[in-house]
Amino acid sequence: MRKILIIGGTSAIAEHCARIWAARGDELYLVARNEERVQTIAADLKIRGAAQVTTYCTNLNDMDRHGELLDAADIAMSGIDIVLIAHGTLSNQKSCEQSVEETLAEIQTNALSTISLLTLIANRFEAKKEGTICVISSVAGDRGRASNYVYGSSKAMVTAFTSGLRQRLHKSNVAVVTIKPGFVDTPMTTEFKKGLLWVKPNAVAMKIIHAIDKQKNEVYVPTFWCAVMMLIRAIPAGLFKRLKL
Amino acid sequence: MTFTTTISGWGNYPKHEAQLLTPSSCVSIQAEIRQEKTLIARGMGRSYGDSSNAPIVLQTTYCDHFIELDYKTGQLTAEAGITLREILKVIVPRGWFLPVTPGTSYVTLGGAIASDVHGKNHHIAGTFGRHVKSMSIVLGTGEVVKASPVDNEDLFRATCGGMGLTGVIISATIQLIPIRSSLIKQKTIKANCIKAAYEAFEENSSSTYSVAWIDCLAKGKSLGRSVLTFGEHAESGGLELGMRDPISVPFYTPSALLNSVAMKTFNGAYWNKEKHNKTQMVPLMPYFYPLDAIGSWNKLYGKSGFLQYQFVIPKADGVTNMRILLAEIAKNGERSFLAVLKQFGKANDNFLSFPTEGYTLALDFKLTSSTIKTLHRLDDLVVGMGGRVYLTKDAVMQEATFKSTYPKWEAFESVREKYGAIGKFSSAQSKRLGLA
Repeated sequence: MRKILIIGGTSAIAEHCARIWAARGDELYLVARNEERVQTIAADLKIRGAAQVTTYCTNLNDMDRHGELLDAADIAMSGIDIVLIAHGTLSNQKSCEQSVEETLAEIQTNALSTISLLTLIANRFEAKKEGTICVISSVAGDRGRASNYVYGSSKAMVTAFTSGLRQRLHKSNVAVVTIKPGFVDTPMTTEFKKGLLWVKPNAVAMKIIHAIDKQKNEVYVPTFWCAVMMLIRAIPAGLFKRLKL
Repeated sequence: MTFTTTISGWGNYPKHEAQLLTPSSCVSIQAEIRQEKTLIARGMGRSYGDSSNAPIVLQTTYCDHFIELDYKTGQLTAEAGITLREILKVIVPRGWFLPVTPGTSYVTLGGAIASDVHGKNHHIAGTFGRHVKSMSIVLGTGEVVKASPVDNEDLFRATCGGMGLTGVIISATIQLIPIRSSLIKQKTIKANCIKAAYEAFEENSSSTYSVAWIDCLAKGKSLGRSVLTFGEHAESGGLELGMRDPISVPFYTPSALLNSVAMKTFNGAYWNKEKHNKTQMVPLMPYFYPLDAIGSWNKLYGKSGFLQYQFVIPKADGVTNMRILLAEIAKNGERSFLAVLKQFGKANDNFLSFPTEGYTLALDFKLTSSTIKTLHRLDDLVVGMGGRVYLTKDAVMQEATFKSTYPKWEAFESVREKYGAIGKFSSAQSKRLGLA
């Protein structure tokens, strides 16, 4: 039985990861904003087999409370083996362009709050010389594009930060797993027309669990995005700026 | 921002453009219903025809949580979007099973109620609705009400088998059945004609589960030759579910592959492979859900899709009537790859539930230019024999056929009116069948 802290516990991807862990009989600690939804999910996970499910409601942008929430999880489960950071919002690029406030708020939610959590968790795991940190970044962070560069640049920060953190924590026996999903069919992406490239959250969750079990480093989900993003990164900037992507 | 997407039932026919709503909680379902004009709920989209097609479709995919499960009493409460497959994963290892299950585990709890599905034990256990203790329904007004055989009984009877036309089911409590093993003790009997098949069903009517595969291509003396299987839950052998992920059909195969030669070969080989009077232990998953092993098997029928046709005819003159229908099917050159024959027990009081006492036959037909006409001809024969066609499989039935074979449709409409469903819940099928 492992003790798993899930931040952003009502996100569809996180919930499907939690279902797999629940079926394995792990102990879960869910952090989320919406009290009613997280309670629904907690009851469900218990029935699916979780040894114990505890919930904690907070707005993750309230960074002063991050230490408190980690303490609470640590006490509730008497230790943390795995942390999954999965919270976030899909920014509305067009309205961000018209508002400094909205742009910064998106960066706050998708990048800074994650950085704050990672900093605190990293020090705790480094001290005890074990643990796995898994962060959901995005393929959008691999190169900024006109259609979603506010979201993309936030995720770019998360990807770069976790890359550095992985190097730092390697010698302390702490694994840092960066997940880069492509298009996932979740409530967050309801407003997008779905095509062949879209995958279901349970498929993404299976890959994430596998990546955590195998202590992988950076994982594209599905795998073909690795090749797609390699190509996209290879396009010279002079040409890239003319493309509609 | 809204967009539309092309949707269809499991038969891939007919297709409609729809705006998909994917609420993630009961509260957001209520909000959608208060806002939107007219919609239909949809679970896994496993009904075959157009019963979950509409310009606005409310998909319950994200409302799929367990709410309560009491291992002492076997009472399960869950949100309507949960699939029977997810339920099985949790309950079977703890010694419980579904009281009634259709031939696929990829249906939602809400869908099973709305279709009032039946299984191989209909002659003993009735339909799924019989085991529903209560359910919560969002009405056209956005209000949530409880319906059970005691509370709002009329709404309960209209919703079980009501094809989603009374409201959106958000959660339900069902009574599970205890099992001691995840194995099924299966007895196979070969019947070399339709009369022998009927006799075998009658002789074995005390078996919990019974079903027959019927060779629709056999003619003359062998008309209606069948392989019958009878099953009982085993007493020992462990409670492992042994569920595997399906092997998927990745794309639409040219429908010409399912031609008469291929079907004859398959049916002949199947008939020859099975041994008469054989008893064996089989795992639960392949026993109840053989086709679930192949993901998207519907794509084998090609892009234009297929029509599934299931009718029931009364026991009286059953053999003669079934012969007439089988001959009519063969005469029109329509070929059914898989056909399933089953005995039904007594009908229930629900307004639109399909099963009535007698024999039911389910077939699938590749969609060709003549298929719809053939089905209408079969409809006429079935109506003349006092039978009817299953709404969950239907895509082409005419209004007059529906209204004459589902005589409680007017009472159904009054219940819909009483609970504010008219003008709020409507599907391509309900429009075709002349429901308000």
